[in-house]
Amino acid sequence: MFAEATETATEVVLSSGWFLEHAWVIPVIPALSFFLIIFFGKRMPKKGSEFGVASMFGALVFAGGAAYQWIQRVNGAPEGAFISPVVKTWTWWQNSGVSFGIGQHVDGLTVAILLVVAFISTLVQIYSLEYLRGDRRYTHFFASLTLFSAGMLNMVVAENMIQLILGWEIMGLCSFLLIGHWWEEGANSRAALKAFFTTRTGDIGLLTGTAILFFSANEWTTKTLGVSGFSIRGLSSWALSGDPGHAAITMGAIALFIAAIGKSGQFPLHTWLPDAMAGPTPVSSLLHSSTMVVAGVFLVARVYPVFFKGMEILGGSANFIVVIGGITIVIAALLAFVQTDIKKVLAYSTVSQLGYMMMGLGAGAWLPAVFHIFTHAFFKACLFLGAGSISHSSSHHSFEMKKDMGGLRKFMPITFGTWVISTLALCGVFPFSGFFSKDEIIDNVGHNGYNVFMYVGLAGAFLTAAYMTRATYLTFFGQPRGASAGEHHEEESHDSHAAHDDHADHGHDAHDSHDAHASQGPHESGWLITVPLIILATLALSSGFLNALPFGEKFENFKKWVEPSAEVINPTGIAYVVGGIGEARIASETPSEESGHSKSPCGTETPEQGVCAAPQLNHAPFKWSKAAMSMLIVLAGFLLSLFVCIQLYEKKNKKFVGLTERNKVLGFGYKLLVNKYYLDVLYEKIIVRSIAHPISAAVYWFNQKVLDGVVNGAGTTAKGIAGWVYRNIDQRVVDGAVNGTGSVAQGAGSALRPVQSGKVNQYGALLFGAAAIGALVLVIVNT
Amino acid sequence: MFVNQFLILAAVLFCIGVYGVIARKNAVLVLMSIELILNSVNINLLAFSMRNGSLDGHTFALYIIAIAAAEVGVGLAMVLLMYRNRRSIDLDELSEMKG
Repeated sequence: MFAEATETATEVVLSSGWFLEHAWVIPVIPALSFFLIIFFGKRMPKKGSEFGVASMFGALVFAGGAAYQWIQRVNGAPEGAFISPVVKTWTWWQNSGVSFGIGQHVDGLTVAILLVVAFISTLVQIYSLEYLRGDRRYTHFFASLTLFSAGMLNMVVAENMIQLILGWEIMGLCSFLLIGHWWEEGANSRAALKAFFTTRTGDIGLLTGTAILFFSANEWTTKTLGVSGFSIRGLSSWALSGDPGHAAITMGAIALFIAAIGKSGQFPLHTWLPDAMAGPTPVSSLLHSSTMVVAGVFLVARVYPVFFKGMEILGGSANFIVVIGGITIVIAALLAFVQTDIKKVLAYSTVSQLGYMMMGLGAGAWLPAVFHIFTHAFFKACLFLGAGSISHSSSHHSFEMKKDMGGLRKFMPITFGTWVISTLALCGVFPFSGFFSKDEIIDNVGHNGYNVFMYVGLAGAFLTAAYMTRATYLTFFGQPRGASAGEHHEEESHDSHAAHDDHADHGHDAHDSHDAHASQGPHESGWLITVPLIILATLALSSGFLNALPFGEKFENFKKWVEPSAEVINPTGIAYVVGGIGEARIASETPSEESGHSKSPCGTETPEQGVCAAPQLNHAPFKWSKAAMSMLIVLAGFLLSLFVCIQLYEKKNKKFVGLTERNKVLGFGYKLLVNKYYLDVLYEKIIVRSIAHPISAAVYWFNQKVLDGVVNGAGTTAKGIAGWVYRNIDQRVVDGAVNGTGSVAQGAGSALRPVQSGKVNQYGALLFGAAAIGALVLVIVNT
Repeated sequence: MFVNQFLILAAVLFCIGVYGVIARKNAVLVLMSIELILNSVNINLLAFSMRNGSLDGHTFALYIIAIAAAEVGVGLAMVLLMYRNRRSIDLDELSEMKG
C-alpha cells in the first residue's frame, strides 16, 4: 500500500541515548520508593521522607537526562523533519489475538511534562519536610505523595491508553487520600469524597472513549502500523488517516473530553477543585494546581489528532472544547472575587487557567496551551507554597485573608517577593513567563478565527489581574489582623484552621513551638520553605524565555523541541521500535514554505503514501500592538481593583462598603457567586437525590408490597392448608410416627450438638473438609 | 505453556487461604483469606484460559473479581457492625449460635 513512498523516502538517523531509551524507569523509581516507605518508612530516622525525596530527585535526574537527549535528537535532525517518538513496549496482557502493552512513548510533550512533574514533586516534598513536621500521619503523607508522582509520571510516559488509565486512576486515588489526609475533620473527608466521586463521573468517559476508539481503530492500526488500537501513536495516525467514521471518532472524542472535564476541573464539573483545598497546602500545590489537574489537558494534547478530527477543531465554528474552556475561564475568575480563603482564590484561579489551556487546545493553539501547562506549573505551585508559608509562619494555620492576614510584606519579605513575581506571571505581565504562554493562547485563538473566544480570553486576563490584586492587597498590605496581629482565637470556626487545629491534637509536635512563634508575631519561614519558593519564583520569571516569540525565532525553542511536525511519514517511521537508534523517514517531497510555516496536508486532507502523526496547525505572528493591548487590559484590571480595594478595605468608603446589600443587581450577582452558581445544590440536592431517592423509594415499595405480599399470601395459604392437614392427617396418622422419629432425632441431635460450636472457624474447617472429600470422590469417580 | 507453575501457585495460595480461614481469629484476616481463595481460583481459570486460547476464563475471572468486591463490601460492613456492637472483631467471641 505504501510501497512507492518507501522508494522515494529519505532516511534520517536520529540520535538517541540511554535516558531516552529508558524513560520508563522514571515512574518506576517513585513506585519502588512508595513500597519502601510503606514497609520500612516508620522505622527510618526521617520516617520515610528520605525515600520520597531521594526518589523524586532520582526521577528528576532521569527526566533531565531524557529531556537533554531529546533536545539533542531534535537538534540533530534536519529542519521540518518528523522526529519519531522513542517507543518501547512489552506485552502486558494478551489472549486470543487481543493484546495490549506497557511501555513508553517519549516525545517532546512527554519530556516537557515529565520534567515539570518531577521538578515540582521534588520541591514540594522538600517543602513538606518542614510544613508537615511532626504530623501524625507523616509517613503516610509521603507515601501517598510519592505514589502520586509515580502515577502521574506513568501517565505521562504511557505508550497506550490502558497504561494512561492506570496512571490516571492512581492519581485519582492519591488525590482522595491526600485531600482527606486530616480525615478526623468531617469537612475534609467530605471534600475528599466529593473530589473522588466528581472525577469518577468524568472517568466513565475515559473508559467509554477508550473502548469506542479501540474498536474503531484496532483494525486499521494493526494492518497499517502493526500496533494495537490502544496505542497512542496508532490512535493519532488513525485519526488523521481518513479511515475513521464520523460518528465513531466524534463519540470517542466527546467521551474522552468528558474525562478531561472531570479531571481538569472544567465547567460544569469544576466544583470539586476548590473543596479539594481542604488537603494540606503542599498537596494543593502539587496535585491541585500544577500537575494532577492538568492531566485532562494533557490527555487532550496527547491524542490531539483524535480531538482535532472528532471535534472539528479549526473547522470554522465553535466546538465543544473551546466553548467549555471559555465558559470555565470566566465563571471561575468571577468566583475568585468573593472568596475570603486565600487558597480558594488560588483554586478558582487554577480552574480559570485550566480553562485557558482547554480553550487553546480547542482553538488549535496546541503549542501555547502546552507551554501554558509548563509555565503555569511553576508560578501556581509558587503561589500555593507562598500561601502555605504564610499560614505556617504568620497567620497561625489560618487561610482567611480578611480575618487573619494583612500587612505581611514587612514580616515575610521572601514570601512577598516570590508571591509578587508569581502573581505578575499569572496575570501575564511582560516579561514574566505567563505572558509568553497565556498571551500566545489568546493571540492564537483570535488568529484561528475564534474571535469571540479571544475576547473571552482578554476578559479573563482583566479578571485575573483584578482578583489577584485583591488577594495580594488583603494579604500583604494594610494592617495585620487576627492571628497575624498576634491574636489567638482558639474557637476558630473556619474550616482550614479547624482542620489544622484538629490534627494538632494528634501530635503535631511543631505546633507547640508554633504557638511560641506566633506570640512573637509573624515571621519569615525557614529555609526548607523559602528555598523552594525562590527556585519556583525564578522559574516563574524566566521559564517564558524558552518560547519567547517577541524576540525572534531563536527564542522559539519550546516550539522546536516539543511541537510534532505535521509531516506525511512512512508508516514504519513511527511504528519503528528499536533499542539502539531511533529512525525517521520523511517523504521526499519538500513541503512548500508559506509564511514561515510549512503546509502539509495533515489534518485537512487524507494523506496519500503515508500517515500523519500530527495535524498542521497555524501560529499567529507576534505583534507588539496586540501585546500592548492585552497589557493595557491587565493594567486596567490592576488599577481598578487597587482603587476598589483601597476604598473598601482601607478608607471604608461609605459608597462602596455594603454596596451589595443596597444595589439589587449587584446583590443578586454576589449571592449567585457566594453560592457558586448553585451548582453544588444542583448536584447534591437535585441530581443525586433524584437518582438515589426514587431508587430507595422503589426498593422500599417493592419490599413492602410485592415481597411482603407474596410472603403474606403464601403464609395465609399455607396456614389454611396446614389447618386441614393438621386436623385430618397429622393428628391421626403422623403423630404416632413422629413421636417415634422424635426420639431418634433427639438422640442424633445430642450426638451432633458439639458440631454446632458457634465457632466460625470450625464451620469453615468442616466446609473445607467436606469439599475435600467431595473433590476426592470426584477424582476417584472420574478415573 | 507453563500451566503447571500457575496451578502450583494457585494451589499454594488456596492452601494459605484455607489455613487463614480455619486458624485466624480476626474477622478481617478471615475475609482476606477468603479473597486469597477466590484469587487462586482466578489464577486457575486464567491458566486454563491461556492454554486453551479462549477468553472464557478471563470473563469468569472478571466476574469473580466483581463478585469478590461485593462480597468484601458486605463482609466489611458486617465486621464494622460487629465492632460497633461488641468492640471486638474476634471470631471466638461470636458464639451465640452454639447449639
